[in-house]
Amino acid sequence: MAELVHLTIDGRPVEAAPGTLVIDAAKKLGIEIPAFCYYEGLSLQAACRMCLVEVERAPKLLTACTLPVAEGMVVRTATPAVAQARKSMLELLLTNHPLDCPVCDKGGECELQDMAFRYGVGESRFAETKVHVPEKQFSPVVFFDAPRCILCYRCVRICNEGLGVNALGVVNRGAVSEIAPNRGDHLECDECGACIDICPVGALTSGIYRYHARPWEMEHVGTICTFCSNGCKTTLGVRGNRILRGNNRDRSGVNGEFLCIKGRYAFDFLHHPERLQSPLVRSGGELRPVSWVQALGAVAERFLEARARGGRIGVVGSNRTTNEENYFLQKFARQGLGTGSIDHRRTGDVPALLSALAGRGDALATVADLYTTKAALVVASDLAQQHPLFAFQLRANWRHHHARVYTVTRGPVREDQYSVQALRVPPGGELEAVESLAPALRKEPELVILFGGGIRGAAVQRLVAFGDSLGIPVKYVCLVDYSNSRGAFDMGLAPELLPGYQPAPNPGLTLAEMLAAPDLDVLWVVGANPLREASLAAEKAFVVVQDLFLTETAARADVVLPAASAYEKAGTVTNTCGEVQRLRPALKVMGVKSDLEIFGLLARAMRLELGGARPEPVFEEIRANVPGYGVPAAVLATGGAAQTCPAAAPEIPPRPDLVRPASDTLFTSGTLGRYSKVLSSVLEFPGELYKGAGE
Amino acid sequence: MPYNDPSPLEVRILTRRFGLPDSASLDTYLAHDGFQGFERALKLKPEEIIEEVKLSHLRGRGGAGFPAGLKWSFVPRSSPKPKYIVANADESEPGTCKDRLLMEYDPHQLLEGMLIAALAVDAHAGYIYIRGEYRYLIEILDRAIEEARARGYLGRNILGSGFDFEVYTHTGAGAYECGEESALLESLEGKRGVPRIRPPFPAVAGAFGCPTVLNNVETFCAVPYILREGGAAFAALGTPKNGGTRLFCLSGHVNRPGVYELPMGFNLLRMIHEVGGGVWKGKKLKAVIPGGSSCPVLKAGECDLPMDYDSLARAGSMLGSGGVVVMDEDTCMVKVALRIMRFYAHESCGWCIPCREGTMWLRKLLQRFHDGGGTRADIGLIGDVAKSMLGRTFCPLGDAAAMPTISFVEKFREEFEAHLDGRPCPCERAGEAVAV
Repeated sequence: MAELVHLTIDGRPVEAAPGTLVIDAAKKLGIEIPAFCYYEGLSLQAACRMCLVEVERAPKLLTACTLPVAEGMVVRTATPAVAQARKSMLELLLTNHPLDCPVCDKGGECELQDMAFRYGVGESRFAETKVHVPEKQFSPVVFFDAPRCILCYRCVRICNEGLGVNALGVVNRGAVSEIAPNRGDHLECDECGACIDICPVGALTSGIYRYHARPWEMEHVGTICTFCSNGCKTTLGVRGNRILRGNNRDRSGVNGEFLCIKGRYAFDFLHHPERLQSPLVRSGGELRPVSWVQALGAVAERFLEARARGGRIGVVGSNRTTNEENYFLQKFARQGLGTGSIDHRRTGDVPALLSALAGRGDALATVADLYTTKAALVVASDLAQQHPLFAFQLRANWRHHHARVYTVTRGPVREDQYSVQALRVPPGGELEAVESLAPALRKEPELVILFGGGIRGAAVQRLVAFGDSLGIPVKYVCLVDYSNSRGAFDMGLAPELLPGYQPAPNPGLTLAEMLAAPDLDVLWVVGANPLREASLAAEKAFVVVQDLFLTETAARADVVLPAASAYEKAGTVTNTCGEVQRLRPALKVMGVKSDLEIFGLLARAMRLELGGARPEPVFEEIRANVPGYGVPAAVLATGGAAQTCPAAAPEIPPRPDLVRPASDTLFTSGTLGRYSKVLSSVLEFPGELYKGAGE
Repeated sequence: MPYNDPSPLEVRILTRRFGLPDSASLDTYLAHDGFQGFERALKLKPEEIIEEVKLSHLRGRGGAGFPAGLKWSFVPRSSPKPKYIVANADESEPGTCKDRLLMEYDPHQLLEGMLIAALAVDAHAGYIYIRGEYRYLIEILDRAIEEARARGYLGRNILGSGFDFEVYTHTGAGAYECGEESALLESLEGKRGVPRIRPPFPAVAGAFGCPTVLNNVETFCAVPYILREGGAAFAALGTPKNGGTRLFCLSGHVNRPGVYELPMGFNLLRMIHEVGGGVWKGKKLKAVIPGGSSCPVLKAGECDLPMDYDSLARAGSMLGSGGVVVMDEDTCMVKVALRIMRFYAHESCGWCIPCREGTMWLRKLLQRFHDGGGTRADIGLIGDVAKSMLGRTFCPLGDAAAMPTISFVEKFREEFEAHLDGRPCPCERAGEAVAV
């Protein structure tokens, strides 16, 4: 650690590491130096000139955002000259800025509004005609209103530097300079909306949210995105029982302010007109709406009857339901229904990793590790397509800390832009390629290996053995596909596994075996759609489906119970790194119940003693009983992410055959993704860049 | 562009080959002391070359007047990175037209100057960044480069010395901003021509992030003489700390406009009257812009002064790029201020707020004022807006727009007042002295 530098800001002494910028040093003292273009984590711009300060012995005002601290430096931020400079910058900024705050989306949370209020003069001497340019639509989700733009270049930088997408730039010059999309009149990009979020004014607005509400009219509910397995926190803006927007401006959660298109916009599935809002029971060959009492009664009756005669019951769990629901479901199946046939669609071989690590909990990387590790190796995954937060984290690590990233993939990936080595391999050739990197990797001080669903079973063992052979600290991330895919394994949604990767005494059928068993009596599917790709052999089986929509599987069901989505319930989910985070309900949808509530009602109808079916007691039970889940409750309660530490999975025969990664792209997400209008509108939008090859 | 008739008062150092038959050819250049400076430089140590340039008191001819030798000495010779020589031929300052002549009539002098700089800092590649409007010069320069390569004055193992140096021409796309050194480098690298945050300065991190010597064409053109005749000889031509001669671009309302090479410190009034043949049509002198449109204007009474960097700074203006614009008694100064601001509003790159919005605002304000829509408060506002830009913009373009505007308002306030209340421009009767 280098010697600290001592300086004085507004007469108060402060010390800072060499290289610290004056604007940041002032923050330590609680002194705000206003700025538009300065943005933590992005390159310096010095374009807005709002942060001009007086520095002793400097002939003119200097920009605090580009000025590194120096020993003995004397900075003044509260002098008449500085105040005058701020006033004139704001006056200049407002010359062409339309004063349409009352109809602007940003009104109420606009940085220009705040600054004008705090530092401005209150009136303008500009009596000329303002430059007007008509509004443009860049993409289904991005609108651009040029006159409002103050050209702080934040959007350009977050897109180019943060995402590596390079979809935004500047055309023209002078007062008619304009932010422009990469394809002339439209954007071809990740549609992540980071540019909209980062815009300090209302220049870039969201096609989903614009003209819908004022920020103060909404409830802001921080919950976890229900799509991929990265576990981003998204803050949903809710008004009138409708989600109007998603963002994460408070930078909380594992993702900071990052969100991809799914976290930011794809919540719209829950308002889809095909959303089920009443239980359906098949009568006369057709599914007809009935009351909850009738539907639950029908299910309880058949479940009891099947259990009584020792029939074959199969239970399929979900990649998106909460840990509490998954835990309760396996308990329901194993204790209540007496069946060991419980499974889910496996998207990555987590048990293989845990058994290879043999209890070394510290070898599991967290999302934060991706930002700090000195080196990372990405195997068989296109992070930008399937794990956008991780792609962002690794890139930020490279930008800020010069992390050395290696990739071993089938096709080109985003990380190629900066990776030190990018190897292209045919399917199955990954391990050989990884092993060829050994001489380079041995020289790294530490390594995080991220591997996709293509690496499973023995390959995982081989990968861990390779990691062990490097002689450096190595951490792993087994990439799975959906928001609680990891939790599904952790909670024992597998015939061979009890919660916490304990071996199950009487393993029942796997998912594939259930579908193939001609004598299956009951199939209970919770939040999954196995019949999308397979058929059910047992034609006479009684099928119960809990889902949001009439999926291919629900269409075959005898009873369909409308379920609540992740945004409508409480509970916890575990991301692919094993970090547990809490969901908070954002709204209620009429007619639906959370899966946990449905389990509780069914248990009661069947007179089963399974304990209280509410999230809190079930989570307490998980914390007490499931190895690795003894996480501090306070961390979760305050919105944090708690890393779990699963024990070694002892002697489980690996089942690589059951792992079937979903190969989603940035704009698809299993069955659920089909019901998001935003995702489909983006898919239909012209553009070749992000159709995705899949890994 | 045809070269104007020379004046007997000129001291022709850089322009001595102008007017010779086939002056752009290597043969003519060699026949008139060509590459002798370089041959002498080959015998010197790099530090000695730089010392010679320091001794000459050669100051940057682009406008800022930074001592060239000092600039070269900032280049870390021991850096493992490649080093570059860049000639700023983006001559865009209104009133300035000297570099085009230097390139058109004596391109080899520029190449030799760059070559000597390369030797001094151990660079092996150089770029001539030519403004887009000077496209025809690219052919001349490319031909000269080809000729010099063919005869061993460029390329590998130059004159058997073991030193390699290549020169490439690169065209700008018509942006004034790209004459600013860091914006020029961005443009040279194929990016949008916007200025960079400094430090680091180009000497440390210039073209492609590598140490770079970046000088104006005229600055490089002075180097062969300095090496051939010695720094002291060059310095002796001018005034203290202002070495050598300078190409002044005399334009406006004079009888004999043109580019004249005069010693530093030449009296401005003499330049107008004796070199330029006096103000045209027998009219009286009203004002002079002494160094290109960025420089504060001088009233007729302020013009009896030596033309060097320090004297003009004392007079509250700048020597700038040598563009001397003479204005007669019938010139409307509001119109001049407007014409100049139109230029800056058009050329502002848009990077920083004060320049982008300030130039646009001033242009609209001056236009309204000139059209007779101004109020007394507007006169103060023009000065205020210009002052809110001054010293606060990202690069000097904002200052370049603000400084002359402030000077027009301060020095010719009565002309602004004459435009008030919808009164027609009092100078209009003299016809369109300035085309807006």
